[in-house]
Amino acid sequence: MAKIKGAVVIDTERCKGCEVCVVTCPTDTLALAVEVNAKGYHYCYAANPETCIGCANCAVVCPDGVITVYKIKVG
Amino acid sequence: MADITFNDIIKPENLTYKKSRLMTDNVMHYCPGCGHSTAHRVLAEVIEEEDLQSRTVGITPVGCSVLMYNYIDVDFQEAAHGRAPALATAVKRLMPDKFVFTYQGDGDLAAIGTAETIHTCNRGENILILFINNGIYGMTGGQMAPTTLEGMKSSTSPYGRDIATMGSPVKMADIVAMLPGTCFVTRHSVNTAGGVRKLKRAIKKAVQYQNEKRGTCFIEVVSNCPSGWKMTPVESNKWMEENMFPFYPLGDIKVPAE
Repeated sequence: MAKIKGAVVIDTERCKGCEVCVVTCPTDTLALAVEVNAKGYHYCYAANPETCIGCANCAVVCPDGVITVYKIKVG
Repeated sequence: MADITFNDIIKPENLTYKKSRLMTDNVMHYCPGCGHSTAHRVLAEVIEEEDLQSRTVGITPVGCSVLMYNYIDVDFQEAAHGRAPALATAVKRLMPDKFVFTYQGDGDLAAIGTAETIHTCNRGENILILFINNGIYGMTGGQMAPTTLEGMKSSTSPYGRDIATMGSPVKMADIVAMLPGTCFVTRHSVNTAGGVRKLKRAIKKAVQYQNEKRGTCFIEVVSNCPSGWKMTPVESNKWMEENMFPFYPLGDIKVPAE
């Protein structure tokens, strides 16, 4: 069966750290960083990028639209 | 599997989701986690996908979303407080081929602009009214709105809304659904990915009905206000699911016959 692999690109400087994407992610790919961005928010990042399935749920709920999602069929 | 690297996936042909190109590069002034930003994004996506950019006129309200024209790259007019449906009526009557929408909060639509809202819906103007209901006056500091739930604390109802002295919350969508002029009345939320996708489908339907001149479309978005409710965005979404949704049930209230 074809497997799907996804990847997220996050504009961390525009992220406001609301954490909505983190709770929406079905595979626990995303997490909030310990560091902060220039505005002082704990930005989100792909903590487990290998688990991403490219479902785009995070990007769909992201209020500020900072997440871009790519996915590819493997095998 | 290990030979697929991050750079192999990040290619234009593999793109699954990207912010609409109609969203400008201005950073939105909304608080983290605010439903307004998500609603703006969904609206921009629909306008882009339906290829309406050059013939859309939006009417911005007074409230948190007063600066909406900075974020979506379409034509906008700014209305006096609560008067967005009246202005939209004028725009639509003068330029019937435009796609006209108003974007209003609950203080604007349900308090100051009640008369305009009800009479516009009663006349059945061919416009889309997008109503963001977060149960509070967000911009001015969290005062009680007509849509504030019973017992809900706000800065002007610090002991909770008391029905005996302050009246019951107003269900605007149910009120306008009773009027003969409305053709499509529905209620959605933007706290989950499924909810956002449903809202997008609803706005697309509203565009179709407006093209067919079927009457007023009224879409209510039950939203959160993390700052006004004094919660984190995730807590506010949970609170909204537990308290707002039982009183403001999601789903279609009035759909036109096909």
